This record gives sequence, C-alpha cells and structure tokens, in this order.
Amino acid sequence: MINFDTTPIATLIDSAAYTYADMQMYVIIMVALVVSMTIADLIHKGSKTYFDNAAAEAEALLAAGDANCSVGNEEGRLKQLSAGDKAGIMRDTLLIDVATAGEFSDPVRRLVHVLTMYGFILFNAATAMIIFGEESTAILAQVWNTGAILLFIGTFWYWFSFKVDSVSEAVPWTSVTLRKDSFSLALMATSVTAIGWSITNGGTGIWFALVIFSTASLFGGVYWSKFSHMFFKPVAGYNRRIIKANGTNENLPHETRESEWQQNRHSMELLKDAPMDMGLGIKREAPKHY
Amino acid sequence: MPTFVYMTRCDGCGHCVDICPSDIMHIDDKYRRAYNIEPNMCWECYSCVKACPHQAIDVRGYADFAPLGHSVRTIRDEEKGTIAWRVKFRDGRVKNFLSPITTQPWGTKIPDFRDEAEPSDEMRNSELLSFEPKYIRMDDGGLHTLESNKLSLKLGAQYHESH
Repeated sequence: MINFDTTPIATLIDSAAYTYADMQMYVIIMVALVVSMTIADLIHKGSKTYFDNAAAEAEALLAAGDANCSVGNEEGRLKQLSAGDKAGIMRDTLLIDVATAGEFSDPVRRLVHVLTMYGFILFNAATAMIIFGEESTAILAQVWNTGAILLFIGTFWYWFSFKVDSVSEAVPWTSVTLRKDSFSLALMATSVTAIGWSITNGGTGIWFALVIFSTASLFGGVYWSKFSHMFFKPVAGYNRRIIKANGTNENLPHETRESEWQQNRHSMELLKDAPMDMGLGIKREAPKHY
Repeated sequence: MPTFVYMTRCDGCGHCVDICPSDIMHIDDKYRRAYNIEPNMCWECYSCVKACPHQAIDVRGYADFAPLGHSVRTIRDEEKGTIAWRVKFRDGRVKNFLSPITTQPWGTKIPDFRDEAEPSDEMRNSELLSFEPKYIRMDDGGLHTLESNKLSLKLGAQYHESH
C-alpha cells in the first residue's frame, strides 16, 4: 500500500545514498534537456514561422477591411482588438484552453487529458519542491503520491480508450511504435515506476533504477516525442481565439441563423418556421463506422 | 492538390475519416491528426470539410478550375440546420451564402420503406426499373445484403504497412 505521508525520495536521504545536491543536479539536467530540446524542436518544425505567418495573414485580412460583397452581409464582421481585448483573450486561453483542456469537444477525452496534465504537474512540482526545499513534508508527500496516481489513471485510460488512431481507425491498442508512442509510454512508465517505488518503501533498488530510466526517457526524449506540444497548444489556442474575435477567422463564413437579417433572406425561407434546435444528424453517433 | 488539414486545429476526432467517400482521409500515425493520403484522388466533394467540427480542413482547388488567391470555406451547423459558404474571389469580391440542410429536425419524418411492397413485374419491366441491376429490382427476392452473400466487413482502415 502507498503511504501518502511519505515519499520514496526521503528514503534516499535517510539512507545517505544520495544528497539533495545530487538530486538537484539531476533535476537541473532534466530541465535543461527539456528547454534545449523544445527550442531545437521549435526550430526544426518552424513553429515560430508558422505562428508568425498566421498572425501576419490575419493582420492582412484585418487591414483589407470589409470585402466588396455582392451576396450576403459583411457588415460589422471585422473588429480591431484593443490591448484589453487581447488580455481578456489571453486570460480565457489560460483558464479554458490550458487549465481545462478546452481544445477537446468530447468531455471524457477532456477529462482524461486534465487528469494526465494535473497529475504530471503535481508530481513534478512536488518533486521539485521536495528536492530544492530539501524537506519532504506530509503535504508535499500527499501531492507527490496523488500526482503519480492521477498520472497513472490519465495515461492508462488514454492508452486503452483515447489514442486517436485506435479510436478513429481501429488500430489495436497493442500496436506500439517507439517513435510515435514515446511520450505516452514514458509518462505511463514514470507513473508506474513512481507508484511501485512508493509501494516498495523507496530505497535504491530496481524500482529506483526504473524511475530514473523512465524520467530520463521522458525528459531526455523531448526532441523526438510529443512532449513539446504542451508549449505549442496554448499559442495555437490563443491564435484561434484572436482570429475569431477580430472576425478574420481564416476566411470562414460568419453568417448564422441567429441573425434576423439571415432569417429573412430568400435562401432561408424554408427554415422560417423551423425550431432553432434541429437536433443532431451525423454527429449523433461517434465516427466509428469502419 | 485538394483537401488539406490544419493540424493545429485538428484533434483527430475521425469525422472526416468516417465520411470521406473515397476513403482517402486518414489519421497520420505519427502526429495522430487527420491528413489526405491521396490528394490526386480527391474530387473535392467537401464532405470532410463540412463534417469537421473544428473547421480544420480546407481545400486548395485544382489549378485548372480555381486559380490561386481564392478562398472557399464552409461551416455546416447541423444543430441549426444550416450551411454557410464564404466564397472569396481573387479580385477581392466576396459572396456569403446561408442555406438550410434540413427542413425538419433530424430523425423526424423519415419515410419507412420496409412497409412498402416490392416492385411488381410491371414496374420491373417499365422504363424506370428495366435497366437497373437485378439486385436493385429484387428479381431474386429480397435485397442483397452482406449476410445473404456470406460476406463480412473487416474492421478498421485497411492499407499496407509500408504506408
């Protein structure tokens, strides 16, 4: 059973196997690997160029102004955003897209992502606070163990039920390719080995070795795995909200049935007396007709 | 090259995979997002574009039909029962369309053909059915099904490992 009031990190200090300085050096190396590999990944993928181009395209559409429109209604479509508007959008991005995985429309998939994300954050934050605070309090130990358990639940639930190619194309969950699954596998291994290390009362045995291997694979494999998506997603979410707010929205149509102007146009005559909620058609069932 | 996916908008939901009539929208096995595996077989039906809940799919029209600089984007909102198109010409002109895609709430007022009678011999030999394949005319009795022909569907997307 897991003792929630202690962490196995404390056993390393108690047994004098390692000092806090040793562990701090390990954490610093892991952080340096994450930062350097994320930057390398960013350069390799051209992410900055992509987001800069996306912003420039939106600015160009905004500068072009209302279009010369012969059918439909372009009035009031575009809006120049103030600094206050952008700050509000940044806040919504952080509170909704980041904190609650707002990118996902499926609520269960969202829950799985949230469990994994907060498990990961709690586990790593507690580890860092124990190692750099040079003290393992009961509260930090509870956070550490809870983080490991949330990470375990989230990653395994994801693996068996939410891997995109399994859900959308019936690829069996047993299909493992190191290159594409390294992030998921490293997270799963980290959660399992951390919990195993905790249950077996810590120490420097096989579980400790597996924890080091798992965390080194996780943080050392950032360049080749999907780890850095956690930094790009907020930027993508912010960009998506900005273009929706300023009306450019990648040239997508802005006309909806809610507007009275639209309700009265000739092409919408057949829906004049229809209810606003028509139910679901193809979206009624999950897209698993394979 | 027709449909392409904005991978920052795509969440891999699989609606485009499900709906593509040519079975060319699939999930990239590395990035786990949708992509068009065979653009030159795409006939730009826009099924995937309409089905995508995040509007993550766009179309680059074939060059002999749609020169560069245009934009044709659509949002299918089935809860409101509408489809909206924004067509932007390369000279800057824009046309915005909004039309119904159903006149009754989905799932209502669907005729049940199970209770209808089979076509009579007179109907089969009439100009409407005489050149239809025999399994449509039901000459041999009921409609042909997979079960009646001892066939079965293989689950999942089928393509070679080298893909």
